Amino acid sequence: MTTTSPSPAATLPADWRDLFALTKPRVMSLVIFTGLCGLLAAPERIHPVLAFTAILCIAMGAGGAAALNQWWEADLDAGMKRTAKRPLPQGRLDRTTARDFAGVLCAVSVFLMGFAVGWLPAAILAISIVYYAVIYTIWLKPRTPQNIVIGGGAGAFPPLIGWVAVTGEITLMPVLLFAIIFFWTPPHFWALALFVKSDYAKVGIPMMPVVAGEKATRHQILLYAVLLLPLSALPWWFGAHAIYGVSALVLSTLFLALSIRVGLRERSGPDDDMKPEKQLFAYSVLYLFALFAALVVDRFIVL
Amino acid sequence: MNDVQQPDPRTPQQIRRSRNRVLALSLAGFVVLVFFISIAKMS
Repeated sequence: MTTTSPSPAATLPADWRDLFALTKPRVMSLVIFTGLCGLLAAPERIHPVLAFTAILCIAMGAGGAAALNQWWEADLDAGMKRTAKRPLPQGRLDRTTARDFAGVLCAVSVFLMGFAVGWLPAAILAISIVYYAVIYTIWLKPRTPQNIVIGGGAGAFPPLIGWVAVTGEITLMPVLLFAIIFFWTPPHFWALALFVKSDYAKVGIPMMPVVAGEKATRHQILLYAVLLLPLSALPWWFGAHAIYGVSALVLSTLFLALSIRVGLRERSGPDDDMKPEKQLFAYSVLYLFALFAALVVDRFIVL
Repeated sequence: MNDVQQPDPRTPQQIRRSRNRVLALSLAGFVVLVFFISIAKMS
């Protein structure tokens, strides 16, 4: 485990709200949404109860992985303004409770998915949990500035799991959905990292702006935004219809325009309000919601 | 903005009771879900 400034020990019993906060509910909403979109966009149908179970398992798996992440990084979180108010750094939960809660969530999500929906989506769910909690959190994040690039795969699994829960097989389309989130993640997180750079530097996490500098990070953001434009349109080529295709082109062009603004500017000074970076970060969340919503609308309107 | 964390005004018993209620509801929900999954798998 990491050792920066140790989080205080809990004095009161764990409140359910703090346990819920461990699951990173805001991140989970995006995970649930993309998983649901993968499930709805799949070319077959699934019993509504099984569909609900699949989404519940995706949510529990993501929540369990997020709780493991907070359990491991409690001391680092205590040193960063953005995360210092989480339950573990505040001492509202003890670490053993957090770890046990995370373990139960992960185990139940995988086995319930396996028994109710299928063992292929359950296996992918298990891989995504290990990918986020072990490969990203423990291994990559403290070691390499490319942590976000490779770790981005963890967040890219939900639509793939949703799709496979329905069809029972891995085909090109869900892999494309995976790839879209994979390439969306670096510009999304690096935009954030640019305006909370000092936080990451303080606790020694080698985020790209800290290690490679702001200029290199801005260029990388631009590079990924350029790649995302054709990639987001690829599902149109491989079976989606014009509603998705036109939406993807419009949304990705705007993403690229905001990225160009971030990619070609320099911080004016220590008092720079970093407005373009904050706008890109906010838009990147909206972008993913809108792109996947367009995929589902496209599927149902054409039907 | 006030950055100081306000202490929880509830007693440990109240916190524990509230948590147990949520746990009971979650377990009941799980049982109902397993029932409906069984029905769905048979249909």
